Amino acid sequence: MSLLLKSISLPLAPFTLEVNVELHGRVTAIFGPSGAGKTSLLDLIAGLCSATSAFIRLGDQVLMDTSKRLSVPASQRGIGYVPQDLALFPHLSVRQNLLYGRKFVHAANSPLDFERVIEVLEIQPLLTRGVTELSGGERQRVALARALISAPRLLLLDEPLASLDAPLKAKIIPYLTRIRDEFKIPTLCVTHDRFEALTLADEIVVLINGKVCQTGPVLEVFNRPANADVAKIVGVETLLPGVITGSNEGLASVKVGDVTLTALAPERPATDVFVCIRGEDVILQRDSGAPSSVRNRLSARVKAMRPEGALVRVELDAGFQLSALVTRPACTELDLREGESVVALIKAPAIHLLPR
Amino acid sequence: MSLEEWQIVWFTAWVSTLSTVVILPFGLALAWALARYDWPGKSVVETLISLPLVMPPVATGLILLQLFGRRGTIGGFLHDKLNLDIIFTWKAVLLALAVMSLPLLVRSARVAFEGVNPRLEQIARTLGAGNWRVFFTITVPLAARGIVAGMILAFARALGEFGATIMIAGNIPGKTSTLSLAIFQNVQLGEDAHAFRLLGVSVVLAFAAVWTSELLLRKRKS
Repeated sequence: MSLLLKSISLPLAPFTLEVNVELHGRVTAIFGPSGAGKTSLLDLIAGLCSATSAFIRLGDQVLMDTSKRLSVPASQRGIGYVPQDLALFPHLSVRQNLLYGRKFVHAANSPLDFERVIEVLEIQPLLTRGVTELSGGERQRVALARALISAPRLLLLDEPLASLDAPLKAKIIPYLTRIRDEFKIPTLCVTHDRFEALTLADEIVVLINGKVCQTGPVLEVFNRPANADVAKIVGVETLLPGVITGSNEGLASVKVGDVTLTALAPERPATDVFVCIRGEDVILQRDSGAPSSVRNRLSARVKAMRPEGALVRVELDAGFQLSALVTRPACTELDLREGESVVALIKAPAIHLLPR
Repeated sequence: MSLEEWQIVWFTAWVSTLSTVVILPFGLALAWALARYDWPGKSVVETLISLPLVMPPVATGLILLQLFGRRGTIGGFLHDKLNLDIIFTWKAVLLALAVMSLPLLVRSARVAFEGVNPRLEQIARTLGAGNWRVFFTITVPLAARGIVAGMILAFARALGEFGATIMIAGNIPGKTSTLSLAIFQNVQLGEDAHAFRLLGVSVVLAFAAVWTSELLLRKRKS
């Protein structure tokens, strides 16, 4: 299923939302700072607002074509929408909320199994409760289930984790990945959190001030931002696929290419992970020097150096591509030049492992 | 109480209820349109609807008399084309009560509609519900308290309506005589016993209306 968003123009307060993309991902992250027009884009796709110009096609059905004055009503689009405030119906019980969309299921869809959704999202014990009695995480799950039970052809999630605190986020993320893997509904997920994007999405659209700045596979966009604006938003970090080969007393050995790194074991057991290293956390020195507490010492070669304000970004080849951020004086003192060898030090807690 | 008194009580309760029922669809539609949309002439309609609240009821009655009398614009048309006479019949009572109580329903319902988060209605639509379905399953239930309160106010206003009614329906015993009109007439004639009995009935009716609404609202809440 592909989603085509062509020549979209929607005037918003400080700028005009302009989008021209075709999406094929299972889960596409709409990534951008707040106020970039992400929610407006979802509203437009769901059929909740109109635009100056828009052509939207989902699969082979045209949902909106302003040049022909065509706009399929929201109720006919078969698009499940979980807005940021969740919009649970306060006068209905959890069960009634869940079944609300069931009555009108889109004819072309095979209805999802109600029991299965309840099971996957672990909602059974909540069914008879009123939605006002639910906790934040429970509300989130009920809203997700309600959208799923209406058997959508496309799922829109607006900042599904933004309102939750860190421990709750960690609890909800597995549900989201389960939805992705079990129900296989193409999903657009608005987020401004890179970890959310990494864990959930395979494709990403970077939206800044209403303009699409870059689209592509998540890793590619995060590793190779198209321009400085995108780089600023996504934050440049070293981001690599790795495999956990063993763990011992809370420490994990991760193999990245031919190099084995020591990191803190992730909270959830996993073998396939993303290895995230921030440039600021990489220390450079000339020789291996005296023993220290640092667990990871990598011989590396300087590939490129780019000044970034008071800092210099040093691209290294350490068996994998590693990016270090050091101050200018440090650079001068170490006399760093392209092609020279250095030793890169990374403390184990500075290596973030993200299950993929 | 005499048969005649019972007849007055019955007629008043019945015509007030009918008036409330008749204005309900119009009132809700108007309140909805005022709460959710901007349209040309909105402020004019707003003012026109509220006019009966601020004008002397007798003046409103006079306007209605001009409009619905046999030589009036609407009354003439109804008489000539449909052979329908309004003035000085029970229909005139209904008309007076409806016009006088409509603003109370519209105001109350409008505030209630404005209090319903439009996001809930939008999301209901994405779940496949059409506009009518959304209105009756989301909007109305969430605005129920305000709508019921508006209906009670409208019903109470209808029960007590005097000025407009006497202008266009007169006070014809057995035909257009309502509680308020009868109480006034009985006091005028020095028939205090009659008047006090009818007064007692008014109190009971008003009490019952408010009591029922409280029960309804409490039931909704639980």
